[in-house]
Amino acid sequence: MALKGDLHDFSLTQLLNLVHLAHKTGTLTVHGTNDQASLSFSEGKLIYGQGGLTDGHLVSILRHTKHLTEEQARLLMTRPQANNDKELGLLLMHAGYLNQQTIVQAVQQYITDLVLRLFTWSEGSFQFFNGVLPPDDRITVHLDLENLILEGARRMKEWETLQEELPNLDLALKFTDRPDSRLRGINLTVEEWRVVSYVNPKNTIRQIRSHQSAERCRNPADCLRSDAGWGGGGGPPAGRHLTGRPPYHSDSEDSRAGLPHQSPDRTHPLSVRSLSAAADREDGGDRAV
Amino acid sequence: MPPQTVKMVVTGPFNSGKTAFIRAVSEISVVSTERKISSAAERIKETTTVAMDFGRITVDQDLVLFLFGTPGQKRFDFMWEILSEGMLGFVVIVDSTRPETFREARYIMETFRAYAATPFVVAANKQDQADAWSVEDLRIALRLDSDIRCVKCVATDREMVKTVLLELLDSILAEINQESPKP
Repeated sequence: MALKGDLHDFSLTQLLNLVHLAHKTGTLTVHGTNDQASLSFSEGKLIYGQGGLTDGHLVSILRHTKHLTEEQARLLMTRPQANNDKELGLLLMHAGYLNQQTIVQAVQQYITDLVLRLFTWSEGSFQFFNGVLPPDDRITVHLDLENLILEGARRMKEWETLQEELPNLDLALKFTDRPDSRLRGINLTVEEWRVVSYVNPKNTIRQIRSHQSAERCRNPADCLRSDAGWGGGGGPPAGRHLTGRPPYHSDSEDSRAGLPHQSPDRTHPLSVRSLSAAADREDGGDRAV
Repeated sequence: MPPQTVKMVVTGPFNSGKTAFIRAVSEISVVSTERKISSAAERIKETTTVAMDFGRITVDQDLVLFLFGTPGQKRFDFMWEILSEGMLGFVVIVDSTRPETFREARYIMETFRAYAATPFVVAANKQDQADAWSVEDLRIALRLDSDIRCVKCVATDREMVKTVLLELLDSILAEINQESPKP
């Protein structure tokens, strides 16, 4: 029996719930607009995953989780064991470079990141292949879908809130001359201050996002959860309040560097946490639409 | 003594197979109110039911089933409540190959449950097609309680349709027996 359809009609949350409740074994492939991914399950547990941009091999996974540098990954790929994840894992363990727990945790993290990214995909098709499992050489784990569904649902809710706060990434920002007097004593992290440093009427949110992406915190969800919001009960430091406005159209350095100068269509108050989260979301979301 | 008549309603989303279901078992020529489809978006078939379909099956000399098929298109949903009056049970036909209709199927199911607290069965139609979702997957997708019967169906297959109707009839008779006072 086929289990296929469109994410627009049957969301990933519903799909994972179905796999979980029906204790399914097989592989789910999802084709987004610009990307694809596959997830494998055994008796309703998530055991393996592969994103379209990576080959799903252990080297790519360890590179993704930053256990390997680019150079180390390249070196390992020349080894004959590189195509067999289990053999490569043993090689790394015997060499004393990584232990078993670290490798398993890396695979878990890779798969978890992949699934959570998939939650941002609202368009695309899916198909479940009953009984199809990953190749024998792959390292599999056993992840409980319930927790992933809950976390994914939480992130979806956050994303919906963010979309309300940031309807247009082509807005430019500036500090207001007359800030709200309530906005005092705000605590920002280093990363959030870094975002603030980019606020300039020449920069759109999208441009700031691009700058910030390179330097952003390793776990942007922490930025999101931190109490740095300026849009709600908190506020920016005295004398500084963000509003959206069109970016200057000039032959500035940014323009010469080829950065886009699109005219925003509205002004909009903005929170730093929104920007941090948007940056995170855009990284995954760009591929989803 | 005239036979007892049981009114059953056959409902479900657009193009789920309601008319075919009734036609497969009716002993009379089905009274249909089909019209050509005007909307381009819904032109996946030539005609659609705009008011109702009516069919009849004589189970035995004491029991006759009247089948009323509802229109599937939403703009004719004012007919649903009219057709549900006096029904003793209903069948929700679901196109197992079109997950995009599952949400609507659930909505229709809930709407008819609200009209009358009668027994009902879900017919997982088009099970002969390669893209069909299994009954087990459908149960989860439609969030059916374990006590709701969900039966495999091919609306053009008379025997399968009879099985669906017998499932519903069983439920109806069980309920009647439960409600009737014991001596």
